[in-house]
Amino acid sequence: MTGSMTSTRNPAEEMQTDPTRDRAPTSTTFSRTLGLAALAGSGWLIVFGLFLSPNDRVQKTGVRIMYVHVPSAWLAYLAFIVTGLSSIAYLWKRTRSLTWDRIAGASAEVGVLFMGITLVSGSLWGRITWGTYWTWDARLTTTAFLFVTYVGYLAVRDLGGSQQQRAKRSAVLAVLAMLEVPLVHFSVTWWRPLHQNETVSDGKLSGLMLFTLFVGIIAFTLLYVWLVLHRQRVLALLDQVDDQGLDVAIAERRDEAIAAQEVPS
Amino acid sequence: MNTWRIARLVAAKDLRVEWRSRVVVNQVLPFAALVMVMFAFALDNDQVLTRVAPGLVWLATMFSLLVIVQRAFAVETADGALDALQVAGVRPGGIFLGKAMALAAQLAVLELVLLGAAVVLYKAEVVASGIVLLVTTYVAATTGLAFVGTLYGGLAAGAKGRETLLPLLMLPVVAPVLIGATRATEAALGTENATPSDGWPWIGLLTLFAVVFGVGGALAFGSLIDE
Repeated sequence: MTGSMTSTRNPAEEMQTDPTRDRAPTSTTFSRTLGLAALAGSGWLIVFGLFLSPNDRVQKTGVRIMYVHVPSAWLAYLAFIVTGLSSIAYLWKRTRSLTWDRIAGASAEVGVLFMGITLVSGSLWGRITWGTYWTWDARLTTTAFLFVTYVGYLAVRDLGGSQQQRAKRSAVLAVLAMLEVPLVHFSVTWWRPLHQNETVSDGKLSGLMLFTLFVGIIAFTLLYVWLVLHRQRVLALLDQVDDQGLDVAIAERRDEAIAAQEVPS
Repeated sequence: MNTWRIARLVAAKDLRVEWRSRVVVNQVLPFAALVMVMFAFALDNDQVLTRVAPGLVWLATMFSLLVIVQRAFAVETADGALDALQVAGVRPGGIFLGKAMALAAQLAVLELVLLGAAVVLYKAEVVASGIVLLVTTYVAATTGLAFVGTLYGGLAAGAKGRETLLPLLMLPVVAPVLIGATRATEAALGTENATPSDGWPWIGLLTLFAVVFGVGGALAFGSLIDE
């Protein structure tokens, strides 16, 4: 995604002035700096998470899963909140713009990815600490439902139709998801009231562990912003391809017809 | 025409379509009964079946709901009927309420059959003291399911791939109804010595669910079916 272009112009404008260009970069100076910061943050997290932070007394080295698990969970929730807010911004007539829709879509994609990481890392961690991959705890169950809900949201985004149709449909769905998630959470909390409160954050974290966790959250947040920024730009380019698709196809057919006339076979 | 009158007309139309085609009676009801028999094959234990009967009734309801919703919107999209209604200036809120009412009526019949199947096949017992709770559960859960079904059916209507998408979208949303209705029905039937008073808090959840998706649906349905 970080193309070799040194231009800082808006890639969308470039695309319009030169539709034949085959590589349109989605990076700008800002996003490149952000990408480097995310990379540096990840490196920092690796150093602290894998080497500098101490072992847990009970969980030994297994506690290090936390430095991936907790930040990715935090990030997935952040991503879904951003999706919800952008969807509201799209639905509100005064701020209606396809940019909001693309931000919502990009954020949901990244959110689903990180929610998947949360579930996988969580079940592995659970296997180490609780001896089981899964418990029917309210928090776990809600998280799984959140994951499935946004997988469905992404599927709806791919349904086709005009861009406005896609935007409206998915924005309504995102708002409905915001209604659904609390209901699911309430119901599963009632369903299994005796859930385990067994997370590492029982105030037993040492200073260095807490700091590493903090590093992880910062690194992942930078990564999130970077990914969403690029993904949103790619989506904008895809929409442009969509807009130009018909014109390009007509021009191609015309060229083919001309070529066929020139070289009769 | 006010919304309420539109709703009644749409509901009457849907029920008339069903009365003449008998798709739900001839296809969905046998399917639901079949699911109940298959559960018995899978679980293969009379005591377990009696214990889980309320949950299986609601699970079979959810599966059948998917089929009924697809049917309800196939009728609308086949000849562009939904578009025609919109072009005619019919208010989407009215269409939503009407379709939800027709769906609720069909679901209610289906649920009665499923409860009957649970009594006959799974030895579930309907006790007199739980009747009020049972009826309330059925009304609240059916209303919520009908609203959600109509809302997501409208969302998937007319889009390609809707047959496979609907379960993915709808089942996570109706999960609270499955939990709430199952618990309330267990309380009403006295499964595992539960008493009817255990069930009433769940009615609150089911009612909240129905209200949220009823209001949300009436507001959002227009933008969902907008082509």
